[in-house]
Amino acid sequence: MLLSLQDVRKTFGGLAAVDGASLSVGSGEVHGLIGPNGAGKTTLLNMISGLIPPTAGTIVLDGERIDGMPSHVVASRGITRTYQNIRLFPALTAADNVLVGAHLRRDAPLWRRMLFLPSAAVEERAAQDASLALLARVGMSGQAGERASNLSYGDQRRVEIARALASEPRVMLLDEPTAGMNPAEVVAIAELIRSVARTGHSVLLVEHNVKLVMDVCDRITVLDFGKVIADGTPTEVARDPAVIAAYLGGEAAA
Amino acid sequence: MSLESLQDIWLTYQSTVAFIGLNGLLALSVYTTLSCGQLSLAQAGFMAIGAYASTILTFHTGLPFAVNLAVATLLPALVAIPLGLPVLRLKGVFLAIATIGFGEVVRLFFVNLDFTNGALGLTAVPQRTSMWMIYAALGAALFVLWRIRGSRTGHALEAIREDEPAARTMGIDAARYKLAMLALGASFAGLAGALEAHYTYMVSPSTYSFSRVVDMLVYAVVGGTGVFYGPVVGATFLTALPEVLREVSSRIGLAPGPVRLFVNGLVLLLVILFLPEGISSLPRRVRGALQARRRARAS
Repeated sequence: MLLSLQDVRKTFGGLAAVDGASLSVGSGEVHGLIGPNGAGKTTLLNMISGLIPPTAGTIVLDGERIDGMPSHVVASRGITRTYQNIRLFPALTAADNVLVGAHLRRDAPLWRRMLFLPSAAVEERAAQDASLALLARVGMSGQAGERASNLSYGDQRRVEIARALASEPRVMLLDEPTAGMNPAEVVAIAELIRSVARTGHSVLLVEHNVKLVMDVCDRITVLDFGKVIADGTPTEVARDPAVIAAYLGGEAAA
Repeated sequence: MSLESLQDIWLTYQSTVAFIGLNGLLALSVYTTLSCGQLSLAQAGFMAIGAYASTILTFHTGLPFAVNLAVATLLPALVAIPLGLPVLRLKGVFLAIATIGFGEVVRLFFVNLDFTNGALGLTAVPQRTSMWMIYAALGAALFVLWRIRGSRTGHALEAIREDEPAARTMGIDAARYKLAMLALGASFAGLAGALEAHYTYMVSPSTYSFSRVVDMLVYAVVGGTGVFYGPVVGATFLTALPEVLREVSSRIGLAPGPVRLFVNGLVLLLVILFLPEGISSLPRRVRGALQARRRARAS
C-alpha cells in the first residue's frame, strides 16, 4: 500500500474528531472517503497533509512515517491537496497559482536569474508552458491570465486541482472538488479524476456527491463520528447496513 | 541659467538628493519583509548595527571603506537570523511588537555602551560616503528585488504573503523564505546606516529610534508595496516634499516644521483613503480610467 493510516486519532479538547481510523490507499487507486457532516473527513485530510499532527496513530507513505512532519515536508514526499473552502492565492493569476504548485518540481536557483543566464530563461519558459498545459488539462486555458479571485467558484476548484497536480504528487487529496458545481462540470471532474489515476497518481477523494464517488472510486471508506464504519468496493459499501444506517438514521438499521 | 546658479542649486539640494537615496534604501528594507507578508519593525535596529559597525571600523582600523560597508551589510543579516528564528513564528501585530522590542534593545545597548560614547554617540566620523555609493547601493537593492520578482523564489514569497498554510502544503518552506527576506532587509538597512553615518559625520543612538522605522514604513505605504520600486517612489516624494514646503511656508509666513508634519500626515491619510496601492499605482489607475472613459464614449 502506498499510503496507510493506522489507528489515527485526533482529539480537540475532550472531543474525538477522528477516533482510531485506519485506511489504506494503493498506487494508482482512487479511494473515496465519505461520511455524514462532522464525521472527521477533513480533519483526516488535514492530518495526512501535515497541517495538524495526529493525537495518536501512524501515517505511512511508501514505508516512511509522515505523521507529525511539517506540511511542506509532507508535500515534498509527494502529497498535495485541494481545500473544501478553496485556498487559491487570490491576487495571483490562475497560471501563477499553478506555477506555485510546481515549486517542488522546479530547479531554478536564483543566482542563475541574477546573472541573466539563458538556462534560467529556458527553465522559466518550460515551467510556464507546463502550467499552461495543466490549465488546459482542467479546461481552464482560456483564463490563464485571470486573477484567481475573479474566477467563478467552479473554475477556482479546477485551478486548485491543476495547482495540486503541478507538483506531480504520488497521492492527491481532493476535499469536495465538485462542491458548487453543476452536473456537466461534475462529469468533467469525474473524467479528470480518472485520468489522474490512469497517469499513476493515487487520489483520496472526500466527496458528498454519492453518484460521483460510486462512479470513480475503486475503494471507499465510510467514516461516521470519527470511526471507520465500512470499507470496500463501491458495491460492497452501498449494501452495508451500517452505512445505510449512518446515512438514513439509526432506526433504519434496527 | 548660468553655470554658477546651477552649481548653487546643486549645493543647496545635494543633501536632499543623498537622503532620497538613503531613505529609498531604508524603505526597500521594510518592503523586503513585507513582500512575504511580514511586518518587521526592527529595521532601525539593523540600521544602527550597520552604522556603528562601520564607524567603529573606521575609527579603529585602517581597513578600506569598501570592507567596512561589507561588514555593515553582512553583520545585520547575521543578527537577523537568530532573531528571526523565534520571532518569525509570530504573526501580524505580535511580530510587529516583537521587532519593535528588538529595535529598542539595540538602541538602548548603544545608549549604554561607553565605548561608543553612550547616548551622545560618535561625532567627527570621516565623510567617506559619496553620492555614487548611495545610488549604487540603491541600484543594487532594486536589482536584487527586480530579479526576485517572477522567479521561483518570487512566486513562493507571493504565495506565503497570500496564504501561508496553503503555500506550505505546496512544499514551500515558508520559515526559510521569511528568514531569508528578514536577513536581506536587515542588510539593506545596515548598508544604509553605514552610508548615512559616513555622510552626516555622526552616529548616535537617537537616530535609530522607533520614529525612524515609522518613517520607513510610511515611505513604503505612500509609495505602494504592490511593486518593488514603490517604496523608492514614496521615499523620493516624502523626502523632497519638505524642501518644497520650506519654500512655500516661508512665502506665506509660517514655520516650516509644523507645516511639514501636517502635510506628511495629510499625504499619508489621502494615500490610504484614495490610493491604497500607493503613488506608484497612479499611472496604472490613470490609464485604466482613460480606457474606461474611451470605452464609454465608444459605446
